Amino acid sequence: MKEHTHAQAAAEFIKDDARTHWHDETLWHVRSKRDLSAQGIPEWETLRDRASATKDYVLSHLGELLEQFESNALANGVEVLWAKDAKEHNEHVYRILQENKVENIVKSKSILTEECGLNHYLEDKGYDVVDTDLGERIIQFAKQAPSHIVLPAIHLKKQDIGEIFHKHIGTDKGASDPGYLTEAARQHLRKKFVEANAAITGVNFGIAETGGFVVCTNEGNADMGTHLADIHIACMGIEKLIPRAADLGVFLRLLARSATGQSITNYSSHFHKAAPGKKLYIILVDNGRTEQLAREDFKNSLKCIRCGACMNTCPIYRRSGGYSYNSTVPGPIGSILSPGKDLKKFSTLPFASTLCGSCSDVCPVKINIHEQLYKWRQVITENVDMGASKRLSMRVAGATFGKPVLYDLAGKMARTALKFTPDSLVYSSLNVWGKHRDLPEVPKESFKEWYKKNRN
Amino acid sequence: MTSKESILNAIKNHKPEATALPELLVFPKEPQLIERYEKGLNGNGGKLQQVQSLAEVQQYVNSHYTADQLVASLVDEVSGNVDVRKISDPHDLEHVEVAVVRGELGVAENGAIWMPEANVVHRVLPFIAQHLIIIIEEETLLTNMHEAYQKVNVAESGYGVFIAGPSKTADIEQSLVIGAHGPRSLTVFLLRKS
Repeated sequence: MKEHTHAQAAAEFIKDDARTHWHDETLWHVRSKRDLSAQGIPEWETLRDRASATKDYVLSHLGELLEQFESNALANGVEVLWAKDAKEHNEHVYRILQENKVENIVKSKSILTEECGLNHYLEDKGYDVVDTDLGERIIQFAKQAPSHIVLPAIHLKKQDIGEIFHKHIGTDKGASDPGYLTEAARQHLRKKFVEANAAITGVNFGIAETGGFVVCTNEGNADMGTHLADIHIACMGIEKLIPRAADLGVFLRLLARSATGQSITNYSSHFHKAAPGKKLYIILVDNGRTEQLAREDFKNSLKCIRCGACMNTCPIYRRSGGYSYNSTVPGPIGSILSPGKDLKKFSTLPFASTLCGSCSDVCPVKINIHEQLYKWRQVITENVDMGASKRLSMRVAGATFGKPVLYDLAGKMARTALKFTPDSLVYSSLNVWGKHRDLPEVPKESFKEWYKKNRN
Repeated sequence: MTSKESILNAIKNHKPEATALPELLVFPKEPQLIERYEKGLNGNGGKLQQVQSLAEVQQYVNSHYTADQLVASLVDEVSGNVDVRKISDPHDLEHVEVAVVRGELGVAENGAIWMPEANVVHRVLPFIAQHLIIIIEEETLLTNMHEAYQKVNVAESGYGVFIAGPSKTADIEQSLVIGAHGPRSLTVFLLRKS
């Protein structure tokens, strides 16, 4: 299959102008709610500092904390499994399902299982995995992937969802009222919860000192699933640890406020032991995380708590949609995580940014996202063939910016040339830059020339 | 080499320079705990009722639910018609209309209530019921989540949950809908100091 660049995929998305604007505005609204919520907490910046420092501690003591987590979980009667990669993770899940003769599976939101391709793997083995988060169920029916890590169906309008539900669960043709559609999904999924033998969940936070973990939802779907089924499989990336239960004070205050502006998710469930007669499994997954930990410039990306704030604020994400990234985690954080997994496949993602830094400003664990985007660009330029035209223009630009005399001359020439550049050249199909852009008005002089004249 | 060993080895070989574990945070106490709590709860879609006695909760249940609806109460002072303690399979709770339980403490900043497993007997009860009533005492109100985690030992029982509102979703065009899978309403009764 031909790989698409981010720009090509984004071009597809913005063909529908009205929808692009709607997507942009909807996510900006979520960002605004986040601001309002954060501003309501005087100690907000202290919380961000503390969360970041706590995650620094976790990353620099990851081995010890994992062993502590495992031994406490084992003492709680939990079965702990380790997986080097997606394949091993999926095989663990399959073995557990086989051993326990599971027939019906419900799953709550887990980006890790998306990353591992668990649903497809299990479907190939003959299992039907029912995603129970409303947004995930919608896109599962539509055979799509999530376009956002917190709002999986944010790319769809209610009319689209009405169509999908009409086809799959028999709602009235043309009905698109969110209340009506949600009620229909409630009735449909309640049956699935009642029938399920096994529930799969992700993990928001693993607590090293107790061996337990926390799962956050608003819908209560993780709890409906796990408490009715006999088997609970929790899939957890090894970076999800926190040292102490008390650290949750910091992280739970930050997570939902950063994600959607709400003060906390309506359910923050703490699992330590299986209910009597039931079984609880935790799968600890590496899948490239230890490699990322080894990259000095990029290890901080592992602090991510998956709130999605960087997506909601990103001027590129909002206008290009989650699918344009072609990566499980899209947006700014996805653009610094994914190149570590496959440099070539994701080579255009770090360039899908204006480097405005808004992502770093809203990040609750203070990941320097825009700086890492910039650093990935260096790595990619050195290691991946960018195509001849970009290579040439970068080399010329590098030489020009590196020599002040050349830079001044080029500026003068450009100011003259811009005046006389015909539109046909700017907007020709050869010049992709000209798409959706106008040339700037030409200043009479450079800032340097102006400064020389005016400094006294 | 097992996967565990290979993961731990990979970590050991590339461990970032050690940093210190930060101290826990303490912030000033909220002076208007009840007002703040109500604001937090309302923000999540829950409602607060302040009462002087549990008899008022009984009156509320009597006036809102009919005799043919299933009321599962785990509070001695409020009578129901489902004996949760006698049920062995949680699936038998499927048709419960309203559950009445006690919460351990309330958090003013966000309306959250700590609910340990013992208070609900079956973990699924506060999720599977169509409506949920939680009783908390005024004395248990705390300012923020930091205070809550100082009070609560999360590992004391096998399971516990902070419940901060009814089941809700905004997955369709960001329109808020209450009653996604779990309770369609959360009513918190705050028992005032006598």
